[in-house]
Amino acid sequence: MPAVHGGERRWEAEAAPGMAAARPLALLVLLVLGPGGWGFADPPRDSLREELVITPLPSGDVAATFQFRTRWDSELQREGVSHYRLFPKALGQLISKYSLRELHLSFTQGFWRTRYWGPPFLQAPSGAELWVWFQDTVTDVDKSWKELSNVLSGIFCASLNFIDSTNTVIPTASFKPLGLANDTDHYFLRYAVLPREVVCTENLTPWKKLLPCSSKAGLSVLLKADRLFHTSYHSQAVHIRPVCRNAHCTSISWELRQTLSVVFDAFITGQGKKDWSLFRMFSRTLTEPCPLASESRVYVDITSYNQDNETLEVNPLPTTTYQDVILGTRKTYAVYDLHDTAIINNSRNLNLQLKWKKPPENGYIHYQPAQDRLQPHLLEMLIQLPANSVTKVSIQFERALLKWTEYTPDPNHGFYVSPSVLSALVPSMVAAKPVDWEESPLFNSLFPVSDGSNYFVRLYTEPLLVNLPTPDFSMPYNVICLTCTVVAVCYGSFYNLLTRTFRIEEPSTGGLAKRLANLIRRARGVPPL
Amino acid sequence: MAAARRFDRAAAAPAALLLLSFGGLAAAGVEDQAEQFFRSGHTNNWAVLVCTSRFWFNYRHVANTLSVYRSVKRLGIPDSHIVLMLADDMACNPRNPKPATVFSHKNMELNVYGDDVEVDYRSYEVTVENFLRVLTGRIPPSTPRSKRLLSDDRSNILIYMTGHGGNGFLKFQDSEEITNIELADAFEQMWQKRRYNELLFIIDTCQGASMYERFYSPNIMALASSQVGEDSLSHQPDPAIGVHLMDRYTFYVLEFLEEINPDSQTNMNDLFQVCPKSLCVSTPGHRTDLFQRDPKNVLITDFFGSVRKVEITTETISLQRDSGIMESSHEEGQRDEELMEPLKYAEQLPVAQIIHQKPKLKDWHPPGGFILGLWALIIMVFFKTYGIKHMKFIF
Repeated sequence: MPAVHGGERRWEAEAAPGMAAARPLALLVLLVLGPGGWGFADPPRDSLREELVITPLPSGDVAATFQFRTRWDSELQREGVSHYRLFPKALGQLISKYSLRELHLSFTQGFWRTRYWGPPFLQAPSGAELWVWFQDTVTDVDKSWKELSNVLSGIFCASLNFIDSTNTVIPTASFKPLGLANDTDHYFLRYAVLPREVVCTENLTPWKKLLPCSSKAGLSVLLKADRLFHTSYHSQAVHIRPVCRNAHCTSISWELRQTLSVVFDAFITGQGKKDWSLFRMFSRTLTEPCPLASESRVYVDITSYNQDNETLEVNPLPTTTYQDVILGTRKTYAVYDLHDTAIINNSRNLNLQLKWKKPPENGYIHYQPAQDRLQPHLLEMLIQLPANSVTKVSIQFERALLKWTEYTPDPNHGFYVSPSVLSALVPSMVAAKPVDWEESPLFNSLFPVSDGSNYFVRLYTEPLLVNLPTPDFSMPYNVICLTCTVVAVCYGSFYNLLTRTFRIEEPSTGGLAKRLANLIRRARGVPPL
Repeated sequence: MAAARRFDRAAAAPAALLLLSFGGLAAAGVEDQAEQFFRSGHTNNWAVLVCTSRFWFNYRHVANTLSVYRSVKRLGIPDSHIVLMLADDMACNPRNPKPATVFSHKNMELNVYGDDVEVDYRSYEVTVENFLRVLTGRIPPSTPRSKRLLSDDRSNILIYMTGHGGNGFLKFQDSEEITNIELADAFEQMWQKRRYNELLFIIDTCQGASMYERFYSPNIMALASSQVGEDSLSHQPDPAIGVHLMDRYTFYVLEFLEEINPDSQTNMNDLFQVCPKSLCVSTPGHRTDLFQRDPKNVLITDFFGSVRKVEITTETISLQRDSGIMESSHEEGQRDEELMEPLKYAEQLPVAQIIHQKPKLKDWHPPGGFILGLWALIIMVFFKTYGIKHMKFIF
């Protein structure tokens, strides 16, 4: 009986959702090792790398991108696989059953604001997106696509079963395989997006269960739902593709990448301060790397280390840095390797802290809001402008209606807003000496100069002519006319009806004119009046 | 256990007769046997938890369902045996000031949403049709396992429903409703197909008792939060979240269930006493006439917990590392290298290729039945009017 060398391996056989029957017991398996000792004689067939990239964004927010990458050196299509170690069985069975070449599934809540945050590593559309390349051995691609989306809806607790021919397309140019590909017949590609899909804890839970260390060790301990969903942007994805096994690229490995990107809002999470730490972001700190991972690293983007007169301070100090051209610009990253015992040794946990330090000179703002018909707005700001830059200051205002007596006789001309004043201390190219006011010409002694390195200048902007909404000034006249008419007609009629009395009048027997008329009538033969 | 099974098979015989026969025996093992007879004969537990209301102001219905889900999970039923249907998402709703949480009480102690929730049917998938399909098992073949109720004739099923209801109906998502007759027929189908051993039906809606008054299948016990003509009321609002957090009946049921643990002996009579009129304002009702056993012998854990027949063994099992597998796979790896030529990655945006590719012609299908029939009709009419001799002008 060979003796047990080294340690033992234990893992929980948790039922993958939707796949196996329920087994609430944990299995304890003792692996008795051969006399070779700890570790296998052959290199392991699969490996895990985990990585967290923390990027402070220009707007004061912070983006965190997790990536868990399992690489499995196996030809899934050819051999019947029965032993799964790091690669999750739920996905491995999918690949062999539906003959997948590539699978990309993402769940996103929010939108990546490139204008404020810069370019993303990997963006995904809001909702659920699924695109799949099938192998060219598949005969009925549409049937496999429908069955695949149903199975995925069970695994990830999402309504992916709503994917059908009404929301599936076959792109011909925009989606090429991201992994190894011999030929690209787009007949084997399917793409669908469900924008209404909500992302919540029930989608994160099965995603976490696919990780080899689940959420128990390594970087995945930071994945707590109540922090991850309190963000401006949350995107989790699963990407499966074949990659080169070695530099010669003679054989295939399967790569599974699980990515999760979140952006923590400075206002909501940071309470307005730009100080970040792992504890503030995730309410957890890192204690150990995942024992199954070959690499477990945290990268912090320190490119803007010295920009805008603010210095980024990272605590604890990194031992190594990594520099490269990422997305077109040269970036520097501080690297924290969790396998390096020195990092975690001191305090048993790693709580990265990022602090922005401003130089002591602060800005100054004085704002006095207007009071109607009493005083105007006053806004004074002291700003430090960076060199070779454009700074725009804009104020929003709303137009309101004034009282009709407050309008000028020509209201359609508009109302004037006074010009703004810019008082600036501009650095001189050439140092000036202090002048004697009596000796120098008058044009040199307009402003008192304290030191020769700057000169003072006061500039003005143009006045603003604002068109306020103008009422129809003929309305009072119209109203008076209408009212008077109505009053006259109604009230007058009522008054008359109520107060008019009728009297019977005797017809008069006639006057001279009547007798004359009757004479003429008799002469004509017409009956008399 | 086998004894219990045998007795259960003869469940049709009234319990009184057997009790008399037991009275005659004086053996010590009789007590155990009698106890086992009154125990339920189920071997597995399932739960179908349904929240039928949409929109943010119906937060409390989702909280109701999640509280029962939490209790049921805590008492042992695994996610694979729970079908959870939530008609709307409250936890990650943009109006929720605390994302990824659903609270049951305004002191915000208990997040019933938790960190480990698996919702099987969500949002638009919660429809009357899907609910009835889950119950009766008539599901399209491509439905994943987590969305199926794979119960058998030895399963005890807990069905909990909440939402807005009326006299004889329950509203689903404000667009359709299920009537009590439909529900009773669905349960009868389940009985005919032997899909349950015993069924506990709990409903927390206005006039909830109307939903169970039409049941006619055996072995069903039903509870409702209010009688016909009464409204079920909500418990308390929370000023920060801005809506009512739970309904009264389910709130007190949750309080009651928090005291239960998997080996608890509390029975159904205690559940009937939960939430008297003084606390609930409405009168909770129950129906046990279809149920074979006496409610005082029915344990709460018969429905809310999970049967776990665990045998602890003291022998150790040793696994041999099969070196055969490792060697053969290593050889294959080496063989692979020689066979294949170097592979390469595809170019992501090959502009020249895209510009010059021709759009793929759709596969030509022969005309279908309708078109053919139409043309046949036209030609027939033409030749009937003009005679067959005109055919020579065509060919």
